[in-house]
Amino acid sequence: MTTSPNSFRTGPDERGHFGIFGGRYVAETLMPLILELEKAYNAAKADPAFQSELDYLLEHYAGRPSPLYFAKRLTEKLGGAKIYLKRDELNHTGSHKINNVLGQVLMAKRMGKTRVIAETGAGQHGVATATACALFDIPCVVFMGSVDVERQSPNVFRMKMLGAEVRPVTAGSSTLKDAMNEALRDWVATCENTFYCIGTVAGPHPYPAMVRDFQCVIGNETRQQMMKAEGRLPDTLVACIGGGSNAMGLFHPFLDDPGVRIVGVEAAGHGIESGEHAASLTGGRPGVLHGNRTYLLQDKEGQITEAHSISAGLDYPGIGPEHSWLKENGRVEYVSATDTEALDAFGVLCKLEGIIPALESSHALAHVIKLAPTLPMDNLLVMNLSGRGDKDVPQVAARMGMKIES
Amino acid sequence: MSRIAKRFAQLKADKRAGLVTYVTAGDPDADVSYQILKGLPGAGADLIELGMPFTDPMADGPSIQLAGQRALKAGMTVDKTFDMVKRFRKDTGDNDTPILLMGYYNLVYQRGPEKFCKDAAAAGVDGFILVDLPPEEADELKPFAAAAGLDTVLLTAPTTDDKRLPAVLKYSSGFVYFVSVLGITGTSSATEEAVQNHVARLRRHTKLPIGVGFGIRTPDQAAAVARHADAAVVGTAIIDRVKAGLDDKGKAKPDLVPGVFAYIKALAAGVRGVRKD
Repeated sequence: MTTSPNSFRTGPDERGHFGIFGGRYVAETLMPLILELEKAYNAAKADPAFQSELDYLLEHYAGRPSPLYFAKRLTEKLGGAKIYLKRDELNHTGSHKINNVLGQVLMAKRMGKTRVIAETGAGQHGVATATACALFDIPCVVFMGSVDVERQSPNVFRMKMLGAEVRPVTAGSSTLKDAMNEALRDWVATCENTFYCIGTVAGPHPYPAMVRDFQCVIGNETRQQMMKAEGRLPDTLVACIGGGSNAMGLFHPFLDDPGVRIVGVEAAGHGIESGEHAASLTGGRPGVLHGNRTYLLQDKEGQITEAHSISAGLDYPGIGPEHSWLKENGRVEYVSATDTEALDAFGVLCKLEGIIPALESSHALAHVIKLAPTLPMDNLLVMNLSGRGDKDVPQVAARMGMKIES
Repeated sequence: MSRIAKRFAQLKADKRAGLVTYVTAGDPDADVSYQILKGLPGAGADLIELGMPFTDPMADGPSIQLAGQRALKAGMTVDKTFDMVKRFRKDTGDNDTPILLMGYYNLVYQRGPEKFCKDAAAAGVDGFILVDLPPEEADELKPFAAAAGLDTVLLTAPTTDDKRLPAVLKYSSGFVYFVSVLGITGTSSATEEAVQNHVARLRRHTKLPIGVGFGIRTPDQAAAVARHADAAVVGTAIIDRVKAGLDDKGKAKPDLVPGVFAYIKALAAGVRGVRKD
């Protein structure tokens, strides 16, 4: 692309497109429903009562604003950029997912829906959805790939304790993409009373825009907090990307600040060249899946290939369409980190800062570890610490050959 | 006049409804799948839907999901699907039975909509039913399909209200496919009364023939649909016959193909037993 738009923040257009990406590629049965959702969401956005109810919940229930924490020991160890961590792992339920879920469950209530469904990979979105549904007394069904049920068992128990039904999905690769297929299949049959609470900035319009808007609280807070701490905007932003909601939430409020360098980190699994990874922007090409056109991991014909990542939350062969657009226009840099690099980063944060990060966020940290030493000491770098790693402890312990006594 | 339009005109002249049969291309393997395709008109299929297997069939129930997986595992591709149609036209000399490709848009998009349409038309395909290409996105295919002389059959659903119908119909040609239940393929069935009401509603908006599908499993159900619509579409129940004809290793038993045809004959008898004056 040779020309840049006047603003990177005006998308999508009225058809839900970000350039060629996005759109509404769904079965006809669902079309009237997503048009209804778009209308209801536009009305909610213009309704001060909706925003104030959401703000109240974010503050008093989820615990926002999350701190912007200067990671002194990490900064000293890496010897470059001044590193701040946006502590979204301190939110209620342990990740950024609650920001979006509170918004969507309020939408479900507003639209008179009596049942909520969700897909989940790592279980963070499932736990957040189960939590909000408990709070609002709405029956909740969470679809989760059976491989993920296995490797994220603490979150499965949490969802069940919160009263949600967890349905393991054994179709296909039994991970996040298959959970999303199954949620869509359920929704086609139940759309009259059911709200589909999508966990990331993907799916048919208006989901990518709506989820982004709910997550933008991360970037908006960061802006204010950095102004307060340093008197100026940050120089560098780093976040991990599966579907890309935590990253979009941090990035979007800064897209029109040309001095802010923005970096998204995909999961490179065993390495991009191994073919076993989940880096759709780095290793994929545009295609149509799950209601939108975006970068996808696929074979020559267009069959979707299986993603691989140690992190269940990044183990998805697609990515939100707005990220695809931001890649093509060059506003955001997209890089990747391998399973091993993420595991190493996981250990670094535990020992240096006393914070156990989620394996998802550890991918962002892995890139910070590479990037920070190359930057000057007055470079203000913000990494989104999007989730806490309690759910990953059994898996990491197993990787390290440790046994957890029960 | 397209093959699809001609076939519906003939059905009208014969005062009966048609039977549309769905099979997944390459299920359980290319050879057996071709034997099935070749024999469909003889067994009583008036129109053929040939499913293009896809890894992520979001609108399909377990039967068609598994059929797609069997086909992909056996090496089915879009090229081989086109080859099947080419061979069908050549071997059987059947130049009248319409063949529609059914599936998901990504396979079309990856080949390029223009090239896909040209290749499909050259192979002897007559139209498309693409589950995840609603009218909102149909612009990217429709001009190329029209240029290649291919019909685009769009889906309408119980949720498609009167306000929305004109937009769907604007992109529809050949016939209109009414998805009679809320849900994925092969799950629940609509009542005859519901089918009657929805077909009557559609007829107020269009002169195109109307095919009704989802949940039709028995000759009686097919007959009930035939009393109101111009065609009854059966998919999952046929795929279930394919599956029933597989041995423990997933290979076709000798009675697979005859079993499928016997079942389709019974469905056709149900449909043909309804006289439409």
